[in-house]
Amino acid sequence: MNHLDQLEADSIDIFREAVAESERPVLLYSIGKDSSVLLHLARKAFYPSKPPFPLLHVDTTWKFREMIEFRDATAASLGLELIVHRNPDCVAAGINPFDHGSARHTDLWKTQGLRQALDEHRFDVAFGGARRDEEASRAKERVFSFRTAQHQWDPKNQRPELWRLYNTRVAPGESIRVFPLSNWTELDVWRYVERERIPVVPLYFAAVRPVVDRDGTLIMVDDDRMPLHEEPRHELIRFRTLGCYPLTGAVRSEARTVAEIVEEMRAATTSERQGRVIDHDQSGSMERKKREGYF
Amino acid sequence: MELLRFITCGSVDDGKSTLIGRLLYESKLLYADHLAALEADSRRVGTRGGELDFALLVDGLAAEREQGITIDVAYRFFATEARRFIVADTPGHEQYTRNMVTGASTADAAVLLLDARKGVLSQTRRHARIVSLLGIRHVVLAVNKLDLADYSRELFDEVSASFAEFAADLDFAEITCVPMSATEGVNVVGRSELTPWYVGPTLLQWLESVDPHTRRDAASRFLVQWVNRPDATFRGLSGRVLGGTLRRGETVGLGNRTTSVARIVTMDGDLDEAPAGSSVTVVLADDVDASRGDVLGDAQDPPRSADSFQARLVWLHENGLLPGRQYLAKIGARTVGFTATKALALNEIGVDNVHFDAPVPFETYRANRDLGSFVVLDRLSNATVGAGMIDFALRPANVRWQTLTVDKQARIARNGHRPCVVWLTGLSGAGKSTIADLVEKVLHAEGRHTFLLDGDNVRHGLNSDLGFTDADRVENIRRIAEVAALMVDAGLIVLVSFISPFRAERALARDLVGENEFCEVFVDTPLAVAEARDPKGLYRKARRGELANFTGIDSPYEPPLEPEVRLDTTTLSPQAAADAVVARLRTLGVC
Repeated sequence: MNHLDQLEADSIDIFREAVAESERPVLLYSIGKDSSVLLHLARKAFYPSKPPFPLLHVDTTWKFREMIEFRDATAASLGLELIVHRNPDCVAAGINPFDHGSARHTDLWKTQGLRQALDEHRFDVAFGGARRDEEASRAKERVFSFRTAQHQWDPKNQRPELWRLYNTRVAPGESIRVFPLSNWTELDVWRYVERERIPVVPLYFAAVRPVVDRDGTLIMVDDDRMPLHEEPRHELIRFRTLGCYPLTGAVRSEARTVAEIVEEMRAATTSERQGRVIDHDQSGSMERKKREGYF
Repeated sequence: MELLRFITCGSVDDGKSTLIGRLLYESKLLYADHLAALEADSRRVGTRGGELDFALLVDGLAAEREQGITIDVAYRFFATEARRFIVADTPGHEQYTRNMVTGASTADAAVLLLDARKGVLSQTRRHARIVSLLGIRHVVLAVNKLDLADYSRELFDEVSASFAEFAADLDFAEITCVPMSATEGVNVVGRSELTPWYVGPTLLQWLESVDPHTRRDAASRFLVQWVNRPDATFRGLSGRVLGGTLRRGETVGLGNRTTSVARIVTMDGDLDEAPAGSSVTVVLADDVDASRGDVLGDAQDPPRSADSFQARLVWLHENGLLPGRQYLAKIGARTVGFTATKALALNEIGVDNVHFDAPVPFETYRANRDLGSFVVLDRLSNATVGAGMIDFALRPANVRWQTLTVDKQARIARNGHRPCVVWLTGLSGAGKSTIADLVEKVLHAEGRHTFLLDGDNVRHGLNSDLGFTDADRVENIRRIAEVAALMVDAGLIVLVSFISPFRAERALARDLVGENEFCEVFVDTPLAVAEARDPKGLYRKARRGELANFTGIDSPYEPPLEPEVRLDTTTLSPQAAADAVVARLRTLGVC
C-alpha cells in the first residue's frame, strides 16, 4: 500500500467507527477541496450503501456563486440530503464582512450558525474536513474531538487517543467532531483528487477573473454587493482555499489542471491559509475560535 | 511512496521540538508565512535570544507558548522523495507517560533523544522501556548536543555502548546510534564534516530506510465494523483487515462456524486479495450471522475469544484505577464491562489480571497491536482513563455457568413475592438505618422474606479488613453488592443501608441483579442537618481531624441522579419515609 492507500484506509475506518457508534451523524460540507475528498471517502466507506447521513452546509450568503452551484449539483447527483443553514439573526441584521468586520462576520454566520444547526437537528457526530497540518492548534486536536453541550473544545482536557480505538461515548447534548482527514496534508489532498478524479469547484483552477487589491490581498469581485472605488482588473488567478469571497485571497497562477496544481504546490513557499483574512486577526486566533465552537 | 509513523521522545531540554523544527526546515516544509510567524514569535516569546526557536513551531496551544512547555502530543507531517512521515512529538515533563504512550501506540519507529553530556539517564531508560512496551521494534538513539562537547567521538561511543548494554533486555529489533546536533543541523539530514569518524546513516537517511513491516505471512484477520445492507439483495461486512492478507475464496472461521469469502467489495471494484491495513467490505459465502465487533480469519488458525487476560496496563487519568470498580473497555469494535485487580495511579504502568464482562475476540499484543490493545473508559464521565495490552488469555471463554434446577423463578413461586435489593444511600446520620429498620418491620409483618445488611454491622465481619480509603470503599461496596445479589438469588428482599458514596459502585450493584430488582433510595439529608444530628458523634470527631476520609467532610459524596425514591428527611418523619419506600415497592410489584 502506498501512502495515499494507507491514508484512505484510515479515513474509511474512522467513518465506519463514528457511524456505527452514533445516533445522528452529519457531514459538515463546506464545498472546498477537503469537503470533496471527505465526501468521496464517505462514499467509499459505505459503498454499496449511500453515506448514511445528510450533508450540512452552514451558509453565510457570501460564498462564491460557483461554490453554491457546485454544492447543489453535487448533492443532487449523489442523491444525498443537503441541509443548508443560514443564521436567521444574521439574515435579519444583514451581517456582512464590509460593515461588521471579518471577525464578527465569521463568528455570527459560521460559529453561531453551526451551533444553531447542530442544536436544531440534535446531531451527536459531525464530520469535518480539518487537517492537522493547517494550523498549530489543530496539530494537537484529536481525530474524535469531544465537544461539551455548549459546543466547546477544551484543548487542555482532551481524551487520550490510542491505537485505532476511538472513544465515541457522550452524554445527552454532548457531541463529537470527527476529522477523518486529520493526518492528510494539502499535497496529499491534491494528489488524491488527481488519482481519484474527484470533482472540485472550478475556482481552484487558474482563469482570468475580476480582482481588486485590498491591503495586499487579491479579492475577486464575485457580485455587485462589494463596495468599489476602482475598476476591477482582470488577472489570471486561482484559489488555494475557498470561503466567503470578500475574505478569500486569490493567488496569481497558471495552474489549470490538478496535475499543474500539484506541481505548483511542490514549489510553493507559502501555506494555503495565508489567503485567509480571518486567521491573521490575532495570534492564536484559530484556537480561540475553535474553543468557541468553530470548525 | 510509503508512510512511516514515528515518535520522538526525550527529556525536557534534550531538544525534541528543535529536532522536528529542523527536519521540517531542512526538508523545505516550512512555508514562508510559517517562517515569518516563527521569526516574530521567536523574538516575542522565544528562548534563543531572538534566533529561530523551532520549539515554537510544534508548541501550538496558547498555554504552551506562554509557558514554554509542550503539553500534549503534536502530530507533524513532512515528506521526502522517498517517504511521507507522520511525527508524534511528545512532551518531556511530568505527564509524559500518558502522552508518550499515546504517541507510541501508532508509531512504527522511535527517535530517542538524549543530551550527550548527560548520557543515559533514568528518564532515557524509562522512555526506552515505554517504547518497547508499546511494541516499537526499530529505534534510533539520537546522541544530541554534541556541538557542546566538541563532537567528541569518545563521548559518543561511551554513550552508545551504555545504551546498548541497557537495551539488551528490551524487545528491540535494531538500535542505531547517530551523533547529532539538532540546533546546528549536524547529521540530521546531511552528513556533517564535523563528525568525519561517523560512517552510519544520518537521522533522515535512517527514517527513509527503516523497514517497520510486521510479518506478511501472519494468519488473516478481519474486524467487522459495520453491517452493510443497502437493500435486500446485498449483505456485506464493512471493516478492516488487521492481520495477514484476506483472499477471495479463502476459508475463514468466525466463532465456532466456518465459511468462505465470496467477494471483497470496494467502490473501485472487487478485489482478489486485501493486505493488512485495507478497509474493505466482505461478502461471505454462507448466510452466517456476523455483526459489529466480530473477527473472522484463516480457518486453519481462527480468531480466539476469551474474557480474562494477563495484560499490561497504563493509567491515563488523575483519578487512579480502583480494583474491582466497573469500567468499560473498548477492544476491536466491542465495548464491554471491565474490571482490574490492582490499583494504579496516573502515569503508572502495571501487570494485572483483568476481566471483561463478555468474551471478546483477541490476539496477543505482541502478535497483533490492533487486536491485542484496549482502552479503558469511565462509565460515568466517559473519559478515556486507561490503556491495556494483552499478554495472554487466562482461561478459555468456554467455562460456562453451572445451570441449577431450583432457580430464582422456583423461589419466587414458593415465596409468593419477587426478590429485590432496596439500596439506601446517603450521608452518615441521614437516617438510613432507622428507615431501613422500619421498612423491614412492615414487610416482615406482611410475611415477606427479608434481610437487612447494615454498613456498620458488616464492617465488623465480612469487611473487617477494610478501611475508609477510596479503594477500600469501592471494595466494601463491591462485596456488599455481591452478597445482596446472592440474597436476591435466594429470593429475599434485601435492605442495604450503606453510605455508598460513589455512583459507579451503586451502578455496579444495580448491574448485578435483574431489571426491576433494584430500588435505589436516596435518603436526602443536607450535610448541615446530618451534622447537627450527629447521632454517633462522628462529625465532631471528623471536624477535629480525628477521623480521616469522612464522607461529606474530606471525602466526596456523589448523590444519585435518578433514584427510584428520594426521601427528604427534613420534611418527612422516619415512619412517613418508610411508608414511601414500601409504597414504591408495591408499584414495582415486589410486595
